[in-house]
Amino acid sequence: MLFFSYFKDLVGREVTVELKNDLALRGTLHSVDQYLNIKLENTRVVDQDKYPHMLSVRNCFIRGSVVRYVQLPPDGVDVELLHDATRREARGG
Amino acid sequence: MSWAGPEDIYLSTSLANYLDKKLLALLRDGRKLFGTLRSFDQFANAVLEGACERIIVGDLYCDIPLGLYIIRGENVVLIGELAQKAEEVASDLKGTMKKRMDFLDMD
Repeated sequence: MLFFSYFKDLVGREVTVELKNDLALRGTLHSVDQYLNIKLENTRVVDQDKYPHMLSVRNCFIRGSVVRYVQLPPDGVDVELLHDATRREARGG
Repeated sequence: MSWAGPEDIYLSTSLANYLDKKLLALLRDGRKLFGTLRSFDQFANAVLEGACERIIVGDLYCDIPLGLYIIRGENVVLIGELAQKAEEVASDLKGTMKKRMDFLDMD
């Protein structure tokens, strides 16, 4: 639940999602759900030449299970807030 | 995909917005399937109508028509909404106009 809440706060920010198949997608975080499935808008592929089939994809749904990394803007993380939330989860969870 | 609460209506990660749209489904084995999304569930299982597999080699591609497909969600990497080309928009418009004219029964 912690990361679901965390990603909900990041909706509207630009993120880069790196998938387990090495595909990296940059876009605006539109939504996230409890499985950490991600919907991106304004999707661009980081290495466009390698993935020509993605050319006309503007919005996409990414299954949470295939995400390796979600790269965030450096000011996207309030580390203190995350620390506190993690301690609370560890205590209560 | 969780059930949308009242505040989640605008923040939905469900595939509902993609229904009846032409999509690209990327699979874990690298296959690219194109088709119209007719159904989905919480596991991201999907039903694609008029599906075809697009094989791309360098600058060349070819489509293998597959018909009606059910994709098991665990194989889905990504489901992408294809930007509608101008011709598709025009043909959709012609379709709706024809439907309205058929109703008028002008013959």
